[in-house]
Amino acid sequence: MTVAATPLRILIGKVGLDGHDRGVKLVARALRDAGVEIIYTGLHQSPEQIVTTAIQEDVQAIGLSIHSGAHNSLFPRVLGLLREQGAGDIVLFGGGIIPDEDVPRLKAAGVQMLFRPATPMHDIVEFVNGLRTER
Amino acid sequence: MTQGTTDRSFFTHNAAELAKQVQDGEVRAVARVISLLENRDPIGAAVLTHLSPSMNRAFVIGITGYPGTGKSTLIDQLIIAYRRLGQKVGVLAVDTSSPVTGGAVLGDRIRMQRHTDDPQVYIRSMATRGHQGGLAAATRQAIRVLEGAAYGVILIETVGVGQNELDVMHVVHTVVAVVAPGLGDDIQAMKAGLLEIADIVVVNKGDREGADATLRDLREWCKTVIRTVAVKGEGIAGLIAVIAEHERWRDLDSPELHKRRGLSIDLGTRAG
Repeated sequence: MTVAATPLRILIGKVGLDGHDRGVKLVARALRDAGVEIIYTGLHQSPEQIVTTAIQEDVQAIGLSIHSGAHNSLFPRVLGLLREQGAGDIVLFGGGIIPDEDVPRLKAAGVQMLFRPATPMHDIVEFVNGLRTER
Repeated sequence: MTQGTTDRSFFTHNAAELAKQVQDGEVRAVARVISLLENRDPIGAAVLTHLSPSMNRAFVIGITGYPGTGKSTLIDQLIIAYRRLGQKVGVLAVDTSSPVTGGAVLGDRIRMQRHTDDPQVYIRSMATRGHQGGLAAATRQAIRVLEGAAYGVILIETVGVGQNELDVMHVVHTVVAVVAPGLGDDIQAMKAGLLEIADIVVVNKGDREGADATLRDLREWCKTVIRTVAVKGEGIAGLIAVIAEHERWRDLDSPELHKRRGLSIDLGTRAG
């Protein structure tokens, strides 16, 4: 079998009041097909729930989809909670409708990557595969 | 920019230290040790040897059954019930890995996410990683880690099984098999396998058409059959009562142990 000995574990979910889950499900499925173990939390998670889940599941990274416009508060909140709980080694990345001008600030705050509309799925898979060596 | 690579101080490669952190109930340590065991890292096995001497004895309940019968929703309800009894609850939810890529989408905990705000509840998704039999290879070891961290009740959710994935009977104290109405006639209830190993059979979605007939058929062959409607919380008190009763029989040799587990509730609340 060509299965990697230790698959990556990645949390994929949606935070806040945002019901658009078509994209995030496609990403979860594509990463599954790339050999990743996806912990899928579903919709309407609070930042607290995301961080607790990431810790319980011992994931290497969290990928959040945000289409609600609340990215400037939700991403920093998740980063803050991760650091508070001694889990700052967990990588945060995200995707959704995020205007150009917000990207530099979020990246400076510690969001490792932001995938915006029309990103090829291949780019996301490649990014996640790149996390394999960081632990 | 790479964030937070400095933040790993919690993690030690010292097995004794990790075991100590597990025994102190540190969730990051519990989670990491389970990963080490899943990855067959020798440090994981070493942690287990440190945990063994002082091992607490948890009550381990297996929830198995056909796909889509409501196992995760039932566990969500059981968590509520055992938390009301003051128990610290651990859940290991197993889902299938792709035999082609090794990837998995682990979605059982979606139904249980309300419990993430409760520090006395730990939920862990496990992928089968090629292991047959309805559990992951490391599930049994993960139970020992949770016992070491003093989780009093441990709920194991198997993959959605067929008739022949029965490993769960070897790792838990009480096997609960979940079925839904309309999946077969009385001959299905006679067959060997899933229903044969069940200590308790639950007919979930018990408000659906055909539930009465399913209950009747199963009661001819299975000693304990309970009707539930997990999404509405119906029948859960009755299920908790028969689980406690089953455990009481197992604990007959040790009434003290049974008392210590604190699983019994007033049987007057028992529902049909």
